[in-house]
Amino acid sequence: QGKFTLLRDTRTDGSFLVHHFLSFYLRAGCKVCFVALLQSFSHYNIVAQKLGVSLTAAKERGQLVFLEGLASCLDMLFGEEEEEQAGQPRPLRFISESTSDLRALFDFVRTSLAPAAGDAWPGRVLLLDDLGVLLSLGASPVAVLDFVHYCRVAVCCRLQGNVVVLAHGGEDSEDEENELVVTSLCHHSDLILWAEGLATGFCKDVHGQLKIIRRASLQPGGEQDVLQTYQYKIQDKNVTFFARGLSAAVL
Amino acid sequence: LLLCCGNSYRCLSNQKQNPTILVSTEEDKYGVYSNLLFKYFLAEGVVCGHDLFVASAKELPTNILKELPAPLLDDNYRNELGEEATAVKSEDFQDSMKIAWRYQNLPKVEVSPTTSARFGHYYDVSKTMSSELLQSIKCHSFFLPEELSLQPTIKMCNMNCGYARLLQSIQKIIYQEGFDGSHPQKKQKNILRIGVQSLGAMLWGDDICSTDNPEDTHSLTKFLYVLRGLLRKSLSACIITVPAHLIQNKAIMERVTNLSDVVVGLESFIGSERETNPLYKDYHGLIHVHQIPRLNSLICDVSDTKDLAFRLKRKLFTIERLHLPPDLSDTVSRSSKQDLAESAKLLSSGCGAMAIGKKHLDF
Repeated sequence: QGKFTLLRDTRTDGSFLVHHFLSFYLRAGCKVCFVALLQSFSHYNIVAQKLGVSLTAAKERGQLVFLEGLASCLDMLFGEEEEEQAGQPRPLRFISESTSDLRALFDFVRTSLAPAAGDAWPGRVLLLDDLGVLLSLGASPVAVLDFVHYCRVAVCCRLQGNVVVLAHGGEDSEDEENELVVTSLCHHSDLILWAEGLATGFCKDVHGQLKIIRRASLQPGGEQDVLQTYQYKIQDKNVTFFARGLSAAVL
Repeated sequence: LLLCCGNSYRCLSNQKQNPTILVSTEEDKYGVYSNLLFKYFLAEGVVCGHDLFVASAKELPTNILKELPAPLLDDNYRNELGEEATAVKSEDFQDSMKIAWRYQNLPKVEVSPTTSARFGHYYDVSKTMSSELLQSIKCHSFFLPEELSLQPTIKMCNMNCGYARLLQSIQKIIYQEGFDGSHPQKKQKNILRIGVQSLGAMLWGDDICSTDNPEDTHSLTKFLYVLRGLLRKSLSACIITVPAHLIQNKAIMERVTNLSDVVVGLESFIGSERETNPLYKDYHGLIHVHQIPRLNSLICDVSDTKDLAFRLKRKLFTIERLHLPPDLSDTVSRSSKQDLAESAKLLSSGCGAMAIGKKHLDF
């Protein structure tokens, strides 16, 4: 509880981790605020169904608050004038306005996860996919880091909830702003799940390698970080993990 | 959509619910082949009866449409590919291998997929599509110089004016023609195929292609994000070509890749040292697949091969697996093998959706 998890990927797509955490926390009975910036609701819903969870049902019973970034942006740009005056929240306001801070987005997160009367969900989780989109839309790296910091305070400290964030980026990346954000987040994360493409290139049976870094060094006691490495293969409804070199195709 | 491309593009046909794909094509240096692919995309739309939306800042959309390749009728197509197909089949008898016997049980490498794996239609590049066929579908066009002179400038997201105007135009068509589900009583569902030529080029008013420190690095990515939203919300597919080789700031191309569903880079051999490299003598260029869609699923449909090359024959544009010919020259020696290995190193840049390797294993 109260943990910040960073999902990162290099030379591969780590979004399978997002699907995993989404269904995991919903099944665990937590209230989840999912800021989905890159894909539509139906995409996550279809995959979640394969993993045994219905996002539509979760939304209806109030367990899932889903911000579909693409739709929200469209509403903001092409929506009717009356909606604006009705005080509808515009979490992605920073795209169209000159203020580059993500305050509106943070307000959205805070109100979604605020404790409410008659709330049946003990845990609180903020899930975000993915951080790089905010930079592409004009937010400065500092604004993004500020936003993440505010979310941490609100969710991890005050609500004892968890925050899980996905950020792409690799060593050969030329996107300096992105690297800045990712590196900074690495230092502050309690847990890092790092999906990487294999150094030897594409392989049909081993899709990549997952490094799990538990930042024990951040805790009192000052122990060393614990690093575990697994390889994985993604299937239609599942992801199988195995120790390095022990893929079923090889044995 | 594309011909002879095998597995990678078959997944596009499975999008029965919502074909909402954003395809970004990195143009080859002179735009020759990317223009061709652009026209293929539009031509396929005509043959399938889709509506078209063509946007360009440099060429009149009506002129682009006049140059679409003519579809190949079934018997013509079989004749065209007939010679190659029969050549492969004649070697069908089981020839047992003596030295490389480990490879005996591997399937024969298929250079291009057989007719059973056909996807989409085929086109004859030497002929243009008839105007009757073109008139059978609805075409919307957007020519930037005309649009800018018509209306006063609009403000949208601090975005470049040309992009903002294009987004407005696309949104209007999607809404008016009911591609987003509005006006359900209007007519049966159809798909809108959008093609945007040379996005990011100077003619669009963006300076990312002319300077290392552009005034606004976010216009293009903001445009793509909104476009992505429009596509997801409607029955449409879009191809954009981008002169990536001109964009100095490589971070922009990385962001463009992340915002697209499919990213294909075309590298033509025109004017490069590879033109005379014997490795590539049969081909006109390479195809780099940087991203493939992973929609509605944990997995994506990755093909076995990452090395694709293309060639433009008199009538057909084909994409094939790039395979190294055996080195049977008189000068076979260690040094020539080094050259081959160097060239081979450049081959497997891999695909971002699965894994890209840094080191090249020398076998």
